[in-house]
This record gives sequence, C-alpha cells and structure tokens, in this order.
Amino acid sequence: MTKRALRNIRESAIKAFFFTNGILAVIVLLGIFALLLSSAIPAFREIKLSEFLGQTLWDPTSPTGARYGILSMIVSTIYVTLAAMVMALPIGLGVAAYLSDVAHWRVREIVKPIVEVLAGIPSVVVGFLGIVLIGPLLAKLTGRTNGLNGLNGAILLAVMSLPTIISISEDSLNAVPNAYVEASLAMGATRWQTLARVKIPAALSGIIAAFMLGMGRAIGETMTVLMATGNARTFPHGLLESLRTMTSNIAIELGEVPYYTTHYYALFAIGLVLFLMTFLVNLVADIVLHKYQERES
Amino acid sequence: MTRKKIAQFLGFMALRVCLYLVLAALLLFLYDIGKKGGRTISWEFLSKMPRRGMTEGGIFPAIFGTFLVTLVTAILAVPMGMFSAIYLNEYAKQNRITRLIRLSIRNLSGVPSIVYGLFGVILFVNIFKFGTSILSAGLTLGLMTLPWTITASEEALKTVPNSYREGALALGATKWQSIRTNVLPHALPGMLTGTVLGLARAAGETAPIMFTGAAFALPFLPKSLSDQFMALPYHLYIMATQHHDLAKARPLAYGTALVLIVFVLGMNMIAVVLRYRLRRKRKA
Repeated sequence: MTKRALRNIRESAIKAFFFTNGILAVIVLLGIFALLLSSAIPAFREIKLSEFLGQTLWDPTSPTGARYGILSMIVSTIYVTLAAMVMALPIGLGVAAYLSDVAHWRVREIVKPIVEVLAGIPSVVVGFLGIVLIGPLLAKLTGRTNGLNGLNGAILLAVMSLPTIISISEDSLNAVPNAYVEASLAMGATRWQTLARVKIPAALSGIIAAFMLGMGRAIGETMTVLMATGNARTFPHGLLESLRTMTSNIAIELGEVPYYTTHYYALFAIGLVLFLMTFLVNLVADIVLHKYQERES
Repeated sequence: MTRKKIAQFLGFMALRVCLYLVLAALLLFLYDIGKKGGRTISWEFLSKMPRRGMTEGGIFPAIFGTFLVTLVTAILAVPMGMFSAIYLNEYAKQNRITRLIRLSIRNLSGVPSIVYGLFGVILFVNIFKFGTSILSAGLTLGLMTLPWTITASEEALKTVPNSYREGALALGATKWQSIRTNVLPHALPGMLTGTVLGLARAAGETAPIMFTGAAFALPFLPKSLSDQFMALPYHLYIMATQHHDLAKARPLAYGTALVLIVFVLGMNMIAVVLRYRLRRKRKA
C-alpha cells in the first residue's frame, strides 16, 4: 500500500514537472508583454500618446526639443509589408496551386525541400543581397543614384514570406474535399476551372490565414528592411523612397541610446506597438485557420 | 471546348511561371553568394582572427561565437521544448489551460525577433544582470526557439501509435514508465530532427543578439559565458553596412555570408539526413 502511494506521488510529481514546462509558453508570452509595457510606460511621462502615435517627426536628439512621433515609421512598415504581400500572395498561391494540382508528385517531392531551403536563408543574408544584388538593379531600372528604398525591402520581404504562404496555401488546397473536385469535373469543368472556381474559393480561409501569417512575419522582420530600405527618417511618399520602419528604427538606435532616458523608453514603446500589431495579425490568422479546420473536420 | 482547353493551358502555364520565378530567385541568391563568397574562402579566412580593422584576415572568432551561442540556445530550448511537448501530447487534457498554452505557443512563434531582443535586454541584461554576454544572447535565442522546438517535438510524439502506450499500461506500467520505455525511444529521433531545424534558424538570427551580447569586433576569443562575442550574422551586418571602408570589406562580407549560409543550411541538411536514415532504419 505504501509502495503504491509512493508510486502515485512520484507520478504526480513527474506530471507536475512536465506541466511546469508546458505552462512556460504562457509565462514567456505574458512576460514579454509585461516587461515591454513596464519599459514603455516611463516614456509617456514626457511624451503625449497622441504625439507618439499621431506625429510624423522622430528626432529624439534634437537640441531644440526632442520629438517623438512614430507615424512615419508605422506608415513605412505598412507600405513595405503591403507591397511585399501584393507580390508574394499571387506568386505563392500560384506555386501552391501548381504543386497541389498540376505538378507530378516527383516534382512536388523535389520542390518542397527547395522551398524549405529558401525559408532557411538567414534574414541578414537576404538583406545583404538587397544591398549587393537588388539595390544596384533597382538603381539602374529607376535611374536613381541608389536602390536602397521601400521597393527593395518589399521585394526581399516577399521572397522571405513565400515559404510560409506556399506551404499553408498548399495545405489548405489539399484539404478541400475530393467530392467538390469530382462534382465539378463531372459537370464538365476543366481542371483549371475546377481549381479557379471551386478549389481556391473552398480553400479561401486557409489562403487568408497564409496571407496574414506572411504579413505578420513581414511586419516584424528587422535585418532585411534595416539593410535594404535606406532608413531615411522622413514621411514616405512612395515605395521608391528611402524609408525607415519601426523595426529598423529600434535596431539603429538601441545600440547608441543611453540607458533609462526617455529616448530609451520610447524605443521600447515602439517595440510594444510592434508586438501588439503582430499579435493582432497572428491572432486573426489563428482564428481564421481554426474556423476552417473545424469546418473541414 | 477548345477555348476551355486554351484557358487551362494558359492558366497552368501561369502557375508554372510562378514556380520558375521562385526557383530563379533562390538560384540567383545562392549563385551570387556562392560565386563571390567562394573567392574569399580560404583556410586563413576560416581559421584566423580579423586583421587591419577587419579588412584582412579571417572570421574565426565569429564562427566560434556563433557555435558557442547556439550551444547555449540548445541547452535552454531543447530540454524545455521536449518537456513541454511531452506535457502537451501525453498529459494535457482538452481544457481551457491546454488551449491557452497552445494559443501562447502559436503567438510566441509570431513575435518579431527584434522584440525578443528587447525582451532579452530587459530580462537577461538588466534584471538578471548577465550583462551583454554569450549567456544573455543564448538565452534570448533560446526563448525565441522554444515555440519551434515544442511544435516539432510534439509532431514527433504524435507519430507514435497509441497502441504502444496502451501496451505498456496494460502490463501495469505507470504513465511515466510507459512514456519512458515505449514512447520516447520512438519519438526521440524525430524530436531531435525538429530541434536541430529550430537551432539552425536561431543560429542565423541577428536582431535578438545585437543588443544582448554580439560585439562589433573583438581581438580575442570569449573566455567565459559572461564575455561578449562575435557572431556570423552580426558580423555580416557590420561588414555590409557599418564598416568604415565598405568597398574593401565587400569580399569579406561575401565570404561571411557564404560561411553563414553553409553553417545554417548544413545544420538543416544534418537534420534532414538524420530523419531520413532513422525513418529507414525503423522500417527495416
């Protein structure tokens, strides 16, 4: 009897140990939010929230009065991200559709690991290619002195978000019930018509989720945009201008800023805005994906 | 009828063009780095310290630093990822807490890497007073890798058939005994593969280590975990954008990029080969 009691205690202890590890993810997520918040709040002793989010001028080291408006960076982030998605979504969806509906299974077996290689290239290498490869090309095409601008960053972000978009879109296309496809083919539709008018609409929620997840990655990407977009602090009026995203601004200034100044805290406030933006985008993606999985099962 | 056929032909052609575009981009990337980086690679480049303000010499400290920081990352992320996955797949019931844990994991994998960097600065550098060091950077990367290792480990656990667990339980084994003797041995190879893939991604990250421990240039190797270190990704960033003589540094930047890619893709390759061989062994 005591032996069994001992055994039960040991089993519960082991279970508790694993549970502690399991709950860690929740603690880390809450911890990130709490620590960011606590480091961002002191910034607002000196900065008005309306100035922070509504003004375009960011000049924390100005001798005549520091300015802390991040609107230019928010708009820059949105510009680059949306431009990247405009390029990546059709191409990614095209590849996904090709792999799921057209390609021979052997082609699929070869292409999938290759796409994984693309996902494995570190972002700093992609940024470097923006400087040495895409930049000069864009400069030549647009007739400007350099090609470090929003478009450069958008092209690179598009390439980087492709693996996510391709794999999730392909999964959702494959998850469309065969009966839909067979019904369509039986009505005399071609495979192309079936793909375009039956499968893609049926997989739409998965495709939207892929789009959102790709966007979440693009918003938070740092090194690529830092190296490729030129980082001018002005309000962006087009993609061919040099612009500075939120992530780049943190990366540029955190290394030089004196600790525990308003400027320092303001950088954490930008981090908090970034965290909330990506959290929201990922949450929406999650809800959409979940709905679609529920419907399929 | 023919119009439908033509539409199908053009449509499929467009899809194929999409695929070719992606493959072309990847090939162009790898070709450019491989060709121009290959010219720089030599034994000296791989084994020596940088010289003359990083316009000559090698990148050995950066290779060593990346190796070391990845090790610290592994020590944090591998066991915790595995334990967490064991909880989720073996113990957790379908309830609110489990759903909350899963939601947190999915959201953690979407948190931008620079935000992990900020978190590392507050928690490890300032609160825990580890300073800017290998330890701070490795722990920051470890937390970032955690959601990937959990997900990968859980996938591996899912492939173990339920009959294995039930077999042990039916013989009177406790839950933990059944996990230890019947589940883990079969899931471990898959868990390791997924974990190595996660570590490879961590090794290539720059933003989380920029402010938690990576140094611009160091004339010596780190002696302990509380020293700063040089890392391949950060070194590439420096050589590509911050160097005082960018033109002179360009070949070295290409060389660094190639070494970094080989390092990261090499780890990927090891993981994939591992999975392939272990899978075959199990079938035989």
